[in-house]
Amino acid sequence: MLDLHIRQKLGAFTLDIAFTAEERGVTALFGRSGSGKTSVINAIAGLSRPDEGHIRVGDAVFFDSARRIDVAVERRRIGYVFQESRLFPHMTVRSNLEYGLRRVPAAERRIAFGPVVDLLGLGHLLDRRPRGLSGGERQRVAFGRALLAQPRLLLMDEPMASLDAARKAEIMPYIERLRDEMNIPIVMVSHALDEVVRLATTMVLIGEGRVRASGPVGSVMGRLDLSAVTGAQDAGAVLDLKVETHIPEDGLSVLTFDGGRLTVPQIDRPPGSAVRLHIHARDVIVALQPLAGVSLRNALAATVIELAEAGPSSADVRLAVGGSFLIARITRAAVRELGLMPGRAVVALVKGVAFEPHSGGAVSDRRGHVVDV
Amino acid sequence: MEILTPMETTALLLSLRVAGVAIALGLPLAVLAAWVLGRYSFPGKTLFDGLVHLPLVLPPVVTGYILLVTMGTKGVVGGWLFQTFGIKLIFTAEGASLAVAVTSFPLMVRAIRLSVEAIDGGLEAAARTLGAGPVDRFFTILLPLMAPGLLSGAIVAFAAAMGEFGAVITFVSNIPGKTQTLPLAIYAATQEPGGDAVAARLAAISFSVALLALMLSEFLANRVRRLIGQV
Repeated sequence: MLDLHIRQKLGAFTLDIAFTAEERGVTALFGRSGSGKTSVINAIAGLSRPDEGHIRVGDAVFFDSARRIDVAVERRRIGYVFQESRLFPHMTVRSNLEYGLRRVPAAERRIAFGPVVDLLGLGHLLDRRPRGLSGGERQRVAFGRALLAQPRLLLMDEPMASLDAARKAEIMPYIERLRDEMNIPIVMVSHALDEVVRLATTMVLIGEGRVRASGPVGSVMGRLDLSAVTGAQDAGAVLDLKVETHIPEDGLSVLTFDGGRLTVPQIDRPPGSAVRLHIHARDVIVALQPLAGVSLRNALAATVIELAEAGPSSADVRLAVGGSFLIARITRAAVRELGLMPGRAVVALVKGVAFEPHSGGAVSDRRGHVVDV
Repeated sequence: MEILTPMETTALLLSLRVAGVAIALGLPLAVLAAWVLGRYSFPGKTLFDGLVHLPLVLPPVVTGYILLVTMGTKGVVGGWLFQTFGIKLIFTAEGASLAVAVTSFPLMVRAIRLSVEAIDGGLEAAARTLGAGPVDRFFTILLPLMAPGLLSGAIVAFAAAMGEFGAVITFVSNIPGKTQTLPLAIYAATQEPGGDAVAARLAAISFSVALLALMLSEFLANRVRRLIGQV
């Protein structure tokens, strides 16, 4: 487990960050450029030194200003994947991969060369030089190099920021496999919401050097006061559901969660598997009672939790649906006419969803994009 | 028929030996100085930088004179060396090596420093996160990546060392077979009546060696750049 509390003066503002991250899964540090995200993981790695605070990973103390502990970078055993990969140009891919591995005593090596090469699909690249690799390939080698250093914790600084959309789509599944198959906590810095929603288990929202919100992705994304930080276009909620059944004759799948059911274009995941949906606020409609005679099929019983202004004419409505949350962006005139207020029972109509973890099948090529339902 | 006369061969071999020893001894120090100057900032850095570059702007005769005063058998350092180890630098080939090592040192440092500064510091940070300490990083990351600069710096400095005149003649004089390198032999020839032909031949040898060194430097640097994946 990562336990961190640091204070550090950074030019115009002071970084004051505290959070903990679980043994497994991806913790995403999300925020705008210049919010201090990268400074946090540089402090974890030891590449920068906080003015005060502590950083602990498991039972290892990396930094503790009160106890005057500051472990050198090279002895922290942190895997760090940099934005621009930073492969050693004078070495082959193989030598790059082995660089960290060779510096760990044989008895302490848990992650072996072969499986990592297979996991990341690097077999055909081993004798090449970094110079001849594509951006996505370089980044995969960087993942492998960091992993093989047998890290206690894997840090990623915007690992996909320098890649175009196609390369990004190519690398995402590899990060998912790292997350799901390696028992190493990952802390990832990102300013792209689609990456966070797809990859992260925990989200730490950082603005002007402070933690604005943290917790499971679904609950952080469902908060109205954060839509200004996450970006108006992407405002919306995250739902974690399970595949209940498929209806092949209609080309549909039925997904279920504690707030009800959603019908979506068929996906090729077996019943029982987990699916995460990103439901944008602009794709949710609020009605006072169930509608008859409309084409929309996805209606969920909901309760209004809170309302907030979202623009000159629009408002965001936070809705509780079972134990999960949805956000609807509607006009302020509609709020007035419908008499919406906290506690009011309504029906949430969902007209579009975006699939996040790769759900395969008919929608796999449109991953991350909104599909109508 | 021999291409070179015995006198020419002696002068050429002596020059090669003097310059070779000078570069071999100066190179590790030049790498160290270039690394420190290119990577770290510390109080007195400007002074250190100035001292390293001083032989470049000082008249070589002055460099030779300073060596004569300090490294002669009666000088502070030279006297100690002579009394403790019996090492005599003045009027010897070793002394000539020392003189050309000092004058060519800044050339090496400059070339190597440029290549140190061109190395992305992020690579060293990456090596640190992968568990490499300072010495480890120096040998596995910095040294291979500075190799092209190191090589061309060494060869250019070697060529310059072969041609050093003022510092050598001032410190170790002009003794045929002992301290008379090519430029000194040319000078001696021009001082003798009818020595023009000898001087011309020696000058041609100097010219060839210098040109060869520069071409070799380019060739090797390119090879190394390919070897370390920069091209």
